[in-house]
Amino acid sequence: MKDWRYWLAEQRSALLAVGIFIFMFIIYVSNHQAGFSANVVQTSANKGVLLALVAMAQTLVVITAGIDLSAGMIFVLTNCLASWLVVGTAAETAFGVAVVLGTGLLCGAINGAIVIVGRMQPIVATIATGAVYFGLALLLRPFPGGSVNEDLADALTGRLFGVVPTSLVALVAVVLIIWVPFRRSVTGRAAYAAGSSEIAAYMSGMPIKRAKFVAYTLSGLLAAIGGLFLTFFTYTGEAAYASGNAYTLFSIAAVVLGGVSLFGGRGSAIGAIFGAFAFRTIGDLLFVFDFDPLWQPLFQGVVLLFAVSLVAFGLFRVRNRLEWFG
Amino acid sequence: MSDTTTEGQVSRLPKFIQRADPAVATAFGCIILLLIVGSIYSPSFLSPEYLLQQLKVASFLGVIATGMMLVILLGQIDLSVPWAVATGAMMACAAAAYGPAGAVLAIPFGVACGVAIGLVNGIGVAYLRIPSMIITLATNAVAQGLMVVYTGGFSPQDSASDAMRYLATGFLLPGVPNAVIAWAIIGGAMVFALTRTAFGRAVYAIGNQERAAYLSGVNTRRVVMIAFAVSGGLSAFGGVLLAGYASKAAQSMGDAYLLPSIAAVVLGGTSILGGRGSYLGTVAGAILITLLQSILSVMQMPEAGRQITYGIVIVAMLLLYGRAPADR
Repeated sequence: MKDWRYWLAEQRSALLAVGIFIFMFIIYVSNHQAGFSANVVQTSANKGVLLALVAMAQTLVVITAGIDLSAGMIFVLTNCLASWLVVGTAAETAFGVAVVLGTGLLCGAINGAIVIVGRMQPIVATIATGAVYFGLALLLRPFPGGSVNEDLADALTGRLFGVVPTSLVALVAVVLIIWVPFRRSVTGRAAYAAGSSEIAAYMSGMPIKRAKFVAYTLSGLLAAIGGLFLTFFTYTGEAAYASGNAYTLFSIAAVVLGGVSLFGGRGSAIGAIFGAFAFRTIGDLLFVFDFDPLWQPLFQGVVLLFAVSLVAFGLFRVRNRLEWFG
Repeated sequence: MSDTTTEGQVSRLPKFIQRADPAVATAFGCIILLLIVGSIYSPSFLSPEYLLQQLKVASFLGVIATGMMLVILLGQIDLSVPWAVATGAMMACAAAAYGPAGAVLAIPFGVACGVAIGLVNGIGVAYLRIPSMIITLATNAVAQGLMVVYTGGFSPQDSASDAMRYLATGFLLPGVPNAVIAWAIIGGAMVFALTRTAFGRAVYAIGNQERAAYLSGVNTRRVVMIAFAVSGGLSAFGGVLLAGYASKAAQSMGDAYLLPSIAAVVLGGTSILGGRGSYLGTVAGAILITLLQSILSVMQMPEAGRQITYGIVIVAMLLLYGRAPADR
């Protein structure tokens, strides 16, 4: 009984994100002309999974009380790289995927090294590395183009048994392979501890530096998986500055909606995934209600502003005014 | 540990260098280095016309970085610069299209729109206690959405008013571009505000320890809100100048100013954690970045190479002197 309550208290914000998503998805599906069909689910899943992966990447860093403003740029860079390498025979494709994922790991590791060893503020460091990653993407793809192994792409963006979107299955696999072991490991706990109170974690002898480094590195990997999927969906690579920025921005929005505290130490990637789905569904809702697409950026911006303003409700719990200045 | 070693070295140097902030000195040193490198590359690099031209380009960045500096001194950050710049430019041009009265009000209206964006940021940060990074990203998205709806997704057709063009490209004093004069006036006002007024003292105090400032009786929330409003207004004014320079506003004109404005402030020795930094450093940072951009474009470096160099230079210079203190 008690365990159950603790679990509920811990997961409350993530469950809220699940609730928001289900609520909005029901509205979406019931207003969609095709209704609740496998096709509609597949399209939404494919769009949602992209943002969900970048949002997971953001979550890992945010948990350590950092922020990764280069996540969208790693996403774009790996997209451009994949459009060159993930082609040809099975062996070549596998090699390409490995290189793309390795690049993501490397980008994340560079971010981590600069933040931890260089002792720089994550925000400045990742803005600067983001510029570098975008420059590299532009070098790889000055103009949109390239191709991808279409068999693999279709397999990963299609449907399993004609019903379940494969991208969702892949997302679950990523969660099981990367997130769950991280969450359960000592390193993962240290990452939470570092985000919650770095001084206390240091005093308790937690491996803070290792935890932060692993968090940043895995974050790069997750962004790279996102970039890989983007290539599978679009069949091309494009060094789009606006798209990279938008994904960074939306990943922060998804993280906030998913109940991950921007001050670090609270929340989970699962919540962020549902935050991402919810955020995507907001965009889709505009579509089914026949809004002018011109209004979409404004609507998303307002939702984002509203979502981040929810932080302010924490002020009601403050007993001592000095806690305002935490 | 670095304190003792630098003091040991510095004591042998002349007094005026001793008093200078090492970061500001490094920034000015890099400017001289860039000028030397540039003059080797092309002899016209040191001509007065070219240098004044660079100063004019730097003044757009300088105006925007002035607002950014105020916010960074508080230990916050303003990521709404891109669309505050674009909003200021677009709204000023839009006002200019409404006949003579509109042309008179174009500049104040553009700046007022920026102040409005800044006020939303300021209220969010100061009163709702939302992390500045997040709320400014959100207002940036909202400003972008508003401008997309207003312009229909294309660059607006309205052109800048004559006053805006004169402000950006004219010469009030012979030889000195008006944009540089505008920057000098804004810079002077900022130096005065930071060093001679209670507001400036409060900004530094809040940047160091907001609790302490609050307990000392400073209305910290109002100061923070005003600082963000000023930053928004200055971003928009930078946009007005840019629109005057290019004689019209464009969709993504502000995107190229977010990273450089933060970089100019931070390279000038202002601590990203707040509470420490001088305006002279920001001036040096703005000139340094403009020169770097200019040299890279003279060398015909493609956009990709510029982005990469840019990021690497910022990381490298910050690693030199922008590091946080070591762990306990």
